Amino acid sequence: MIYKFALFTAAATVMAGAPAAAAAAPSDPQIAHIAYTAGVIDIAAGRQALARSHNREVRSFAQQMIRDHQAVNGKALALVKKLHVTPAPNPTSASLQKDANATLRRLSRLHGRTYDRAYINNEVAYHRTVNGALESTLIPAAKNGELKSLLQTGLSLFREHQAHAEQVAKDLK
Amino acid sequence: MRLRRSIVLAAGGGALLSACPAMAVPHTYIVVIDKMKFGPTPSQLRTGDAIVWINRDFLRHGATAADHSFNVDLPPRTKARTVLAKRGTIPFVCRYHPGMRGTLVVK
Repeated sequence: MIYKFALFTAAATVMAGAPAAAAAAPSDPQIAHIAYTAGVIDIAAGRQALARSHNREVRSFAQQMIRDHQAVNGKALALVKKLHVTPAPNPTSASLQKDANATLRRLSRLHGRTYDRAYINNEVAYHRTVNGALESTLIPAAKNGELKSLLQTGLSLFREHQAHAEQVAKDLK
Repeated sequence: MRLRRSIVLAAGGGALLSACPAMAVPHTYIVVIDKMKFGPTPSQLRTGDAIVWINRDFLRHGATAADHSFNVDLPPRTKARTVLAKRGTIPFVCRYHPGMRGTLVVK
């Protein structure tokens, strides 16, 4: 019931065609696009949750996802503008978006408690995966100090989200 | 990181301190929130002192005391003031991000 986009694997394909040793190192414009896309995806999931769920705890969680990810993406947009960087679409962000679209379609067919559990379980898995990718790939690869700092703040935030989602999932059992 | 400022809370407070050295003039201390963290908390707090919480983050935060003695909401780049009314060790948490925690010790 959770979506299984392979962010780690996809990150390694960012530089498809490049020598193997450099394949896992996305550029700053690619990292910016991946991070922004990840935020857009969770905002869309949160909006879907607000439209479908009547559970107070689930709705509160969704509102927080929308608020926090909008704030991070706003900060990211301001940063790339300041740095004169154009976020670069890449296979990782495309894979993220494709899997997210499939998940939204699947969740749109669910109702009530079944929907709530599926949404929250997906949020746990999503944040776990994104956090792993941030920690192991995106933050180490970021060259610009301000981008790296924003990603690190994002990681602290998304760890909170993961813990929050895990708590809600527990409460829904 | 700690910015500590003595603020005379009432006109003539300085003179009051001079005349009555045993009476402590309330101080105002600043706790900065940035990058998903509370900055260091003051170590010499007394009842009547105030904390000004400054949220320099781009995220919404809060400071909520475990004993319910204060509860401030801090939208991005805002500040709020709390007067410490009672003694004790007071854990506090960000209501939006419960992993963000701190403790005030008020004597």
